[in-house]
Amino acid sequence: MTDTPTAASAPPKPRNFFSALEIDTRLLGMIGAFVVICLIFNFLTDGRFMTPRNLFNLTIQTASVAIMATGMVFVIVTRNIDLSVGSLLATCSAMMAMTQTWFIPDLMGFGLNHPATMPIAIVVGIFAGLLIGAFQGWLIGYLTIPAFIVTLGGYLVWRNVAWHLTKGQTIGPLDENFQLFGGINGTLGETWSWVFAAVAIIGSIYALFQTRRTQVAHEFPVKPLWAEVLIGAIISATIIGFVAVLNAYQIPTARLQRIYEARGEILPEGTVQGYGIPISVLVLILIVIVMTIIARRTRVGRYIFATGGNPEAAELAGINTRMLMVKVFAIMGALCAIAAVVASSRQTFHSNDIGTLDELRVIAAAVIGGTALAGGMGTIYGAVLGALIMQSLQSGMAMVGVDAPYQNMVVGSVLVLAVFIDILYRRRTGDKT
Amino acid sequence: MTAPLVEMRDMVKSFGGIKAVDHVTIDLYPGEVVGVLGHNGAGKSVLMKMLSGALPRDSGEIYINGEKAEINNPRDARDYKIETIYQYLALADNLDAASNLFLGRELIGQTGFVDDALMEAETRKILARLNPNFRRFHTPVSGLSGGQRQSVAIARAVYFNAKILIMDEPTAALGVQETQMVAELIEQLKSEGIGILLIDHDIHQVKMLCDRANVMKNGQLVGTVKVDEVSEDDMLGMIIAGKCPANAIPGPGALQNA
Repeated sequence: MTDTPTAASAPPKPRNFFSALEIDTRLLGMIGAFVVICLIFNFLTDGRFMTPRNLFNLTIQTASVAIMATGMVFVIVTRNIDLSVGSLLATCSAMMAMTQTWFIPDLMGFGLNHPATMPIAIVVGIFAGLLIGAFQGWLIGYLTIPAFIVTLGGYLVWRNVAWHLTKGQTIGPLDENFQLFGGINGTLGETWSWVFAAVAIIGSIYALFQTRRTQVAHEFPVKPLWAEVLIGAIISATIIGFVAVLNAYQIPTARLQRIYEARGEILPEGTVQGYGIPISVLVLILIVIVMTIIARRTRVGRYIFATGGNPEAAELAGINTRMLMVKVFAIMGALCAIAAVVASSRQTFHSNDIGTLDELRVIAAAVIGGTALAGGMGTIYGAVLGALIMQSLQSGMAMVGVDAPYQNMVVGSVLVLAVFIDILYRRRTGDKT
Repeated sequence: MTAPLVEMRDMVKSFGGIKAVDHVTIDLYPGEVVGVLGHNGAGKSVLMKMLSGALPRDSGEIYINGEKAEINNPRDARDYKIETIYQYLALADNLDAASNLFLGRELIGQTGFVDDALMEAETRKILARLNPNFRRFHTPVSGLSGGQRQSVAIARAVYFNAKILIMDEPTAALGVQETQMVAELIEQLKSEGIGILLIDHDIHQVKMLCDRANVMKNGQLVGTVKVDEVSEDDMLGMIIAGKCPANAIPGPGALQNA
């Protein structure tokens, strides 16, 4: 344990290709796993898996679970668990459904599809999620009831609060504007998708540039310039590729005709239009950005990771860890509400069983994405990739025609295997689990 | 004489029926290093934790510069410029050096976000002064040696201009060279007028570093001595038997018929 100047204190010179890029190798591993899964299913389905249509569907199927998984990262990083997210989603969904099909049109007399309905319903839902989440966080932080118990109770309570509110009925169809969040019913279209791509590329390059400028200003060691340029190029190519794929999924002519007719125009012969980025995916992207900023650039984020790494140290450093629990679970609750918007509008109605088993999918996504149950470790993008990997496995197997029981057996085994690989990886790199 | 930097009067703390700290009174002057000695379970750490705000006290009063101080949590203690260097507890292993140094007191940039670059720059500056060998600024502190971790903890106290420093066995996990580094640092801080409370087992070290020493046994203060006026054996007698030498100021825990 002596402080001899070893390799650790040698000036950090760029060693090999990957370390010069300073990319998280775990991220590369997950992307690699995703690509392998895609290629295998593509082979098994004779090329049907990697079509724009299927990839488009994959993104909208992933959105709801991925949105909640970003919040689950914070929960697990602080050494907690939340088993109530699926039920909470159902309660928020029920409240929003009732707001837009009964409260606003009937009670307030606004009628159906009023422009104010969608924002009001969403605000009601998010507020409910925030409040319920904060309440559970208060039970955990201030009354020191274990999160496992609080949310196990919540799992039963909120599922049945939803049932009680709707008297078990399916509520729908939902407001037309609300349904824009459902995926296929609300997309940006080709032009706006390219605008989004341009903004995203400019934003990323600006962020890279800013980071480098700060590093130079403080005289820190910087990456070689070629590495920065290469990373910028990879990011730009990824964004362009992503948008190109979603744009390549074309709106069926019959549907296009209806859209034009609704506008009182005639569909010109031979017009083709792509769907572009679904609004639900746009919501997911925004949430990933916001949650990543919270994790890395705010005090709350820093305290979440510090508390997960060493709760005692965090407390001695003057951090109010009790209040922190309230905040973490409130964020989780709000994200459940946003996921409820996406999930209920995707099926165009609220049903009693919405979000069933989502808690397990969400936890699995976070864990496959490298969030350590021991606390203190996890990334937002990892959880989203985890959700994507799970969903691609599930829908890939469905396409191949694997029977339902076998699908779940495979998904369960992959979860365990992924965690084992993560443990091996950490042992090799010397990270603590 | 001027008012002491710190005076803890009649401090009491019980856990269940056990009095961990039983009516203990100690003081500390600027530029002074005062040892707190005793067996495991003598109550020295509990006494210090009441000063650092980590544990609420049952009764007793704390005076800082002669004025009564309200210290109920670690934040209060920091406001009085009291910093604590714990042996194991106070670093979040999964964060890097800069995040640990500024934990709970992050520097916020103009945009309202945590300014990591500035914190790293400040950390590099202060660690260059305290431990020039320190180079691993981007790894979690779990990957650092005991000495490097201790450097981070000490840097935290120094950076925030501690006036009162509590050190809980600062050298227990360290090698010879690093212990020497800590000893030199204590001398330096002392010359800057900082008061240091040093919890330690090692009598030899206490004799070398401290001006005065308080000995505790079973939660009570056995007595206070000037380390130059007593032998190591005298101090050992106080720790083991509670026997006060003639030139000590006996406390309530001293062996009565000695």
